[in-house]
Amino acid sequence: MSRIGVFVCHCGLNIAKTVRVSELAEFARTLPDVVVAEDYKFMCSTPGQELIQNDIRKHNLDRVIVAACSPLMHERTFRKVIENAGLNQYLLSIVNVREQDSWVTEDEDVATTKAKALINGAVFRARLLQPLVSRFIDVNPDVMVVGGGIAGIQAALELADTGKKVYLVERSPTIGGHMAQFDKTFPTLDCSACILTPKMDAVLQSSNIELLTYCEVEEVKGFVGNFDIKIRQKARYVDHDKCNACLACTEKCPGRGVSEWDEGLVKRKAIYIPFPQAVPQKPVIDRENCTFFKKGKCRLCEKVCEQEAIDFEQKDTFREVKVGAVILATGYDLMDTKPLIQYGYGKLPGVHHALELERLFNSAGPTSGKVVMRDGKTEPQSIAILHCIGSRDKNNHEYCSRVCCMYSLKFAHLLKEKTHGDVYQLYIDMRAPGKGYEEFYNRLVEEDVKFIRGKAARVTDKTDNPDHAGKLIVEVEDTLTSQFVTIPVDMVVLSPAMKPRQDAKDMARLFNLSTDKYGFFMERHPKLAPLSTMTDGVFIAGACQSPKDIPDSVSQGTGAAAEALTIVVKDKMELEAATAIVNSAACCGCQNCVRVCPYGAPMFNYEKNVSEINEALCKGCGLCAASCPASAIITRHFTNDQVMAEMEGLMEF
Amino acid sequence: MSTAVTPYLEMSQAIADAGGEAFRKCYQCGTCTGTCPWSPITHFNIRKLMRLSQLGFDGIEDLMWGCSTCKFCVDRCPRGVEIIDLVRSVRSVYAGGGLLPPPLRAFVGSLTARGNPWTGDAPKRNDWAQDKYPLFAEGKEYLYWTCCTVCYDPRNVLVAKATAEILEKSGLSWGLPGTDAQCCGESVRKVGDLDLFEKLKNNNLGIFSATGAKKIITISPHCLATFKQEYGEDYEVIHFSELLADLIKSGKVTPTKDAGGLKVTYHDPCYLGRHSGIYDAPREVLSALPGVELVEMDRIREQSMCCGGGGGGLWVERAKGERLSDLRIEEALSTGATVLATACPYCIAMLEDSVRTMNAEDKIKVKDLTELFLESLEG
Ligand SMILES: Cc1cc2nc3c(=O)[nH]c(=O)nc-3n(C[C@H](O)[C@H](O)[C@H](O)COP(=O)(O)OP(=O)(O)OC[C@H]3O[C@@H](n4cnc5c(N)ncnc54)[C@H](O)[C@@H]3O)c2cc1C
Repeated sequence: MSRIGVFVCHCGLNIAKTVRVSELAEFARTLPDVVVAEDYKFMCSTPGQELIQNDIRKHNLDRVIVAACSPLMHERTFRKVIENAGLNQYLLSIVNVREQDSWVTEDEDVATTKAKALINGAVFRARLLQPLVSRFIDVNPDVMVVGGGIAGIQAALELADTGKKVYLVERSPTIGGHMAQFDKTFPTLDCSACILTPKMDAVLQSSNIELLTYCEVEEVKGFVGNFDIKIRQKARYVDHDKCNACLACTEKCPGRGVSEWDEGLVKRKAIYIPFPQAVPQKPVIDRENCTFFKKGKCRLCEKVCEQEAIDFEQKDTFREVKVGAVILATGYDLMDTKPLIQYGYGKLPGVHHALELERLFNSAGPTSGKVVMRDGKTEPQSIAILHCIGSRDKNNHEYCSRVCCMYSLKFAHLLKEKTHGDVYQLYIDMRAPGKGYEEFYNRLVEEDVKFIRGKAARVTDKTDNPDHAGKLIVEVEDTLTSQFVTIPVDMVVLSPAMKPRQDAKDMARLFNLSTDKYGFFMERHPKLAPLSTMTDGVFIAGACQSPKDIPDSVSQGTGAAAEALTIVVKDKMELEAATAIVNSAACCGCQNCVRVCPYGAPMFNYEKNVSEINEALCKGCGLCAASCPASAIITRHFTNDQVMAEMEGLMEF
Repeated sequence: MSTAVTPYLEMSQAIADAGGEAFRKCYQCGTCTGTCPWSPITHFNIRKLMRLSQLGFDGIEDLMWGCSTCKFCVDRCPRGVEIIDLVRSVRSVYAGGGLLPPPLRAFVGSLTARGNPWTGDAPKRNDWAQDKYPLFAEGKEYLYWTCCTVCYDPRNVLVAKATAEILEKSGLSWGLPGTDAQCCGESVRKVGDLDLFEKLKNNNLGIFSATGAKKIITISPHCLATFKQEYGEDYEVIHFSELLADLIKSGKVTPTKDAGGLKVTYHDPCYLGRHSGIYDAPREVLSALPGVELVEMDRIREQSMCCGGGGGGLWVERAKGERLSDLRIEEALSTGATVLATACPYCIAMLEDSVRTMNAEDKIKVKDLTELFLESLEG
């Protein structure tokens, strides 16, 4: 005989507007073994929680059913509630009458009947619930941060500050990410280098951070608290232990590669550091463009290197790193605008994309901070900045890239400062919702920037008007006056969409993450767990989650550090007990479970010829149990008996 | 007097109900108007039409006839709004209220009474053929669907003949529809008369099934797009340019006569290009002609300029300075070409008209692909 309490939540009107909640409680009271049933406005609130706890004590309950929202939302909350009232936390059953009933049903009678069926099923199952005991495992105290942009740097520094050891894995030869390419940053117009390079240096100086540049994650094994990660150190052909960063090699090198850092506007050497303030200050050889690798002769760098650090024989190397938590901060790619033929990028030399312009502004850029046309000398007399190129666009990226309005305003300001030109902004909606952003917009309006509300339709160099010969003509409707406008300019700047990294899907697969419909890493919950993922112990920060600016990326970096800390700060962690276990006596060795598990939890023990399930990886989803032909797998908390009983209860309706 | 206006949501709803509900997605960015070929030369403003429809404001009737359904805006619209559907539905709502402009009344009248838009006698539909070509019957492979325009418009009759000649020489088994064939209904659908469209469609579907036609060749891209997208039955429909490109590839017809360095430029018809996605076949045909040099204009393929003849435009007189076909001729002339080739009877009619009114007859000739091809066979 069980003593069951049923607690029905109204969720304001979310549930109560379609489900007759008091009728539900009344119904529950009529069910065998139910000794108390109540309904309340917000069961998850303090008074709601106290109501449950008081009833547990008063009625000596040994099972609790909460009919409320999805268990994803509040199962943990209610487990705590009953545990604090002296019950084992697994003697709880959540009935989802919100997402699976009131939100998806219009008719009150239908919704109420469905809720009754669900509760009846839950009562049947509750009678068979067993107390479960959680296991504790050791936690590795170190953390890995993947991606050394501003978000990753911030996360690494915060963690290092708490005394934790951090491995910072960066794919390129330097940390810094996109921010390192900028001259000024909105809305304060801080010099980007002045606020970024000290942080980059702090990474280098920190004794708690092991910086792994020119490295990539190769393989991920293990689980929260105990990840085993294989890192590939790409061959640099320079022994960084010997190199003293004199950079004599880069001066002598005759090889030429395209400068990624300068967006291809200029060439760099084949042995190079990406930019003067790069961290580390030690070079790598770009094999594709190295004269020796191409032609078998040269070795000039080797000749000038007094440290004998050049090593053409170097190979990629691998190492295994063990950590307790991981933060991914791999950032974004800028959309390639060439396929949008109407804007002429790649065909009309006067058309630039946003990052190219950033490089023109930058004093360390190809023009030493002068804004000139591609000929390297002519100053543009008029410039049009085109918003929403490939963003908010069904044909390309449907989402708003969120940052472009603001950096386009920044561009306008810097163009006014650095040229004598007229500046036009062609926008759809001006989005300036951050702190100090509207003020920045106002400032630009006063700086006599010409705002045209309309999305540019075309850029062409063809014109009948002799006054416009040699100019680029931007065609747009000024939607505020309904006039078709042609604007002759010297330079066009495209503000393209920020999109997921090209290899975001591969990274997601490595770490078992989901991606959203656009390909950005998916958070566990958009509001309540924006930095967590569905994989315990793996967190995300910065623009890899969605387009965002530096203030938000930094906040997320800090936040993700705190999240990671909640795991590695403890030496042990509790594992979920509602997991699957194998009855090895019954296992037939077919390995179905190994094949169906999306989390890689079952492993086949070839010595004993049976499957074994790693509890730390198991999410208790039950796929293995359902596909086990020998019924050798038991999903605790959802055993066959419990599930069958619940079905029986449901089918009484 | 107050100049304030109030949203007239019943009108907005009526437009939505008539099939234009996609306007709800519009966020008024102006990409459509910026893209619209009419913007530089008329006051037609497609975005504004959308805006007025969203709130049911007055002024719709002044704008709604400006669109030639070239589909450029639809392809570029960042919100995926089916803009042509909106144009069609405002027209059907207003034209239903008797607001059809006079030139289009004659057009609709002829279609209603005679089944073609050219006030031609139905029994004379095949007169151009002078009984030289076979009629389609059970057992034949291809039904060559002649557009009303190539049957009745004297200039386009030459296209009908050239096509038939090529078919004869190809050795294919083919035939013409009988004189009970009627207009495919494309233009009248865009003009907003959906009942009439249904009538025409049912007539033609009746012919297809009565004669057992399974493979249909169209000479007009308007018939092509309509059969493919609106008739909704299981026929293989191809445009003659596609067939011709295949015939050349398979060696069934071989152009031989050298045109002696003829410079030809090609105008992509909207209904062949943007509406049907056919850009390469006509170019393949032109490239196969000996002694023909294809020189391209600035606006081609997906970005092609409209001739102005779609959406009922062929039957509406426009003032000088407000004709897209004039601009197209200028563009063609600027390439140095002496022939402007195209593959649509409407485009032929519009462009030919411009060549005449611009007195450019000695500088450039407008020709259908089939005409050029036929010339290169006769050698
Ligand atoms: C033109 C332009 C101007 C901008 N101007 C401003 C501004 O003025 N103010 C502002 O607040 N914001 C601005 N932004 C936005 C700003 O760029 C981003 O907010 C910021 O760069 C996000 O930082 P992040 O660390 O998330 O990503 P990123 O800067 O993209 O850094 C990610 C890092 O991860 C590394 N990485 C990627 N994949 C892997 C991998 N698989 N393994 C290892 N490492 C990897 C990359 O090499 C890179 O170093 C601008 C954006 C653009 C496009």
